[in-house]
Amino acid sequence: MAGGDAHPLLRLEGVSKSYGPVHANRSVDLAVMPRSIHAILGENGAGKSTLMKMIYGVETPDRGRIHWDGAPVAPASPAEARALGIGMVFQHFSLFDTLTVLENVALVVPGKPRALAARIRDLGRDYGLEVNPDARVHALSVGERQRVEILRCLMLDPKLLILDEPTAVLPPQMVARLFDTLRALRDRGVSILFISHKLDEIRALCDTATILRDGVVTGRADPRVTDTRTLATMMIGREMPSPLPAGTAKPGEVRLALSALDWTGPDPFAPPLEGIELAVRAGEIVGIAGISGNGQADLAALVSGEQVLPQARSGAVALDGAAIGHLGAEARRKRGLAFVPEERLGRGAIPEMALWQNAVLTAHDRGLVRRGMIDRDAATRFTETCIADFDVRTPGPHAEAGALSGGNLQKFVMGREIMLAPRVLLVQQPTWGVDVAAAAAIRRRLVEMRNAGCAILVISEEIEELFEICDRLHVLRAGRLSPSLATPSTSAEEIGEWMIGAAEDRHAHAV
Amino acid sequence: MQFDLIRRDRASISMALLAPLLALLATGLVSWAIFAAIGTPAGLALWTMAASPFTNWYDFSEVLLKMAPLLLIAQGLAIGFRARVFNIGAEGQLILGAIFASALPVWFPGATSPLLWPAMMVAGMAGGAFWAGIAAFWRTRLNANEILVTLMLSLIAVQVLNWLLLGPWKDPAGFNFPQTAMFQAQALLPGLLPGTRVNIALLFASVASVAAYILMQRGVAGYRLVVTGTAPRAAGYAGFSAARGVWLSLLISGAAAGLAGAAEVAGPLGQLQRSVSQGYGFAAIIVAYLGGLHPLGIVVSSLVMSALYIGGDNAAVFADLPQAAVRVVQGLLLTFYLIAATLVRYRIVRARVAPA
Repeated sequence: MAGGDAHPLLRLEGVSKSYGPVHANRSVDLAVMPRSIHAILGENGAGKSTLMKMIYGVETPDRGRIHWDGAPVAPASPAEARALGIGMVFQHFSLFDTLTVLENVALVVPGKPRALAARIRDLGRDYGLEVNPDARVHALSVGERQRVEILRCLMLDPKLLILDEPTAVLPPQMVARLFDTLRALRDRGVSILFISHKLDEIRALCDTATILRDGVVTGRADPRVTDTRTLATMMIGREMPSPLPAGTAKPGEVRLALSALDWTGPDPFAPPLEGIELAVRAGEIVGIAGISGNGQADLAALVSGEQVLPQARSGAVALDGAAIGHLGAEARRKRGLAFVPEERLGRGAIPEMALWQNAVLTAHDRGLVRRGMIDRDAATRFTETCIADFDVRTPGPHAEAGALSGGNLQKFVMGREIMLAPRVLLVQQPTWGVDVAAAAAIRRRLVEMRNAGCAILVISEEIEELFEICDRLHVLRAGRLSPSLATPSTSAEEIGEWMIGAAEDRHAHAV
Repeated sequence: MQFDLIRRDRASISMALLAPLLALLATGLVSWAIFAAIGTPAGLALWTMAASPFTNWYDFSEVLLKMAPLLLIAQGLAIGFRARVFNIGAEGQLILGAIFASALPVWFPGATSPLLWPAMMVAGMAGGAFWAGIAAFWRTRLNANEILVTLMLSLIAVQVLNWLLLGPWKDPAGFNFPQTAMFQAQALLPGLLPGTRVNIALLFASVASVAAYILMQRGVAGYRLVVTGTAPRAAGYAGFSAARGVWLSLLISGAAAGLAGAAEVAGPLGQLQRSVSQGYGFAAIIVAYLGGLHPLGIVVSSLVMSALYIGGDNAAVFADLPQAAVRVVQGLLLTFYLIAATLVRYRIVRARVAPA
């Protein structure tokens, strides 16, 4: 792509940034050409986000230079970066839920409301980013919110658009649509920095890739002509872990059963659950696919016991044939149910507490408490075992949970729950924000658990992952659960249709 | 020049120990400046405040006498504060404790049972727990903010006290003073140090400190409380009940404050009077935070705070310092401590400017 005489739009030279003893970026060189979709590829903690924050003026480099259009610049704030023509869409949206799309745009973009609304419609039509300017943000889907974020950047006529893991929150159909938008932008002269750790997406979209590992550039490649394995090796510094020893399972007795489960939660934006029927047997992994916000949170809470049912409807949730719907989380855990929640910090673990204290959170009745007193030695031993067995990278049991990276904390929480030797394991987003190597290790653990006879229910937005580990799949959409789909005989397209409701319509017509 | 606050990887223990000392130092400096500005002999006033409580036995015994209620209440409050249940109304709970305890000698002035004072202590705890329990009830029922409810209940407690002392409980032979008759000997706490007013309330406070240490630093019950406070979602995930945490926090802190109130009327006062509390309920909030909400730290901070009271009294006499100045010093101490406590989790770094 980079022709010999072409002049890079953005050039970084030896940029370094440290946070205390941690070197987030070390002497990074990067050149983004005009009309290029440039991938920044790396595992979690490789330094991608820090690098982008320096370009966008959120952070200042300790050393090194940034050149924009050939001239040295030092953006000290996002406002300065936007004035240069740099826009950024963060992974976690920065929209006000209670305001309309137009009001959110007007916070950043100067102009009269009427003119802004017209531009929102025009740009939306041109780039496939249609969204109603008068809609309130809380009523929008995640995909629509992302469109608003992108639109808001485009209103400022950027020459460079930075997207931080934009596909992490999108269903497959929406990913294709986003890619069309990004290609259209490139064709009209906008360069794009696309941050991701999903190799197939980068190969489908990007013309250049810069690979980061431990804050250092480990390679540059044209992803269209470089095979996935080579890219992966540059990214993780070793060969990809081999696929899972799946094998066919021989499912045993039903361990977890949901029958005629209806639930309306207090959240007005979450759809009520209606007539959920689900059985998870010993020795099988059942997956719940679907986009977050379709009842996943309520379903997980009803199974874990964080949400308790009234005594009269207790039978809607059954563990080993016994009604447990009225029991709280602690009582269910005593009966052999373990749960790895979506949010590790603040739910699965307490950030301000040491790992050994976090072990006590759910493992307290495994000999970590004696006569009402916490046995520190036992808790420390438990934690050390967990750290060793699950490859948690941390200085030790006395490190605070908040100091661990997302992936390592996930390994810790997962390890702690597995060490409870559960009869039923509920896992929400098992590898969300976890790097490739750690994700593979976590999936292998789940399969091992299943082969050992545990009943596992996985709620995940990542379809590839569900296909990789699950024996059967359901799709949760608008509070309703699809029929059971056997993984070997279904396809990503069929799941995708259930996710957007197309399959349901077809079934309705066929009946 | 710009400075940034950078979060530490883990809380600094040395800074946690240093923070109260830094706060004391800064308080001393600023107090000196204020005293000088209002025209008192600042050096003498400060010296009297800081040193006089420790230089003679009588003053030190008075420090110990004041320390008992402060320590007792602060230990109770700290338990709630760590569970993020903010009982600001210990003052009212103390008054209710004093009222409940006084009910026995007032109703049975002829009682001579040796169990009279122990029964008064139990009644005091019940009274304080009852008053705090009202806040717990509304918090768990209607999610009514316990800060407001406990604070407003304190105002009500004062009115209840006034009504009793001006009406049904007024000593008929008391020249119309708003106070009860003096209690009989069996209604008074045994002394602890001969020749001083220090009584066994100091033992209650010591026992409460040990109990608080075991509960909060070692026990799983304290662990549950801290989790419900610092990470409510993690508490829900583990199955720890938030309502239980609210009840436990408020009942414990209310009972501790009630016991302190009972020990006041059965101790130095010997009767129920309007001035039963000298602001102990509010001062204990400062004590709890100054002690880092840690049972051992609170033992030290309650000593410092009591010494400040006695030293302030002395400074008023010998250095002509207005009484309000003591309040100012207390406020400064808390403010500087909260500032210094930031450094336990954060460090200050000079912001570096990138080479352009």
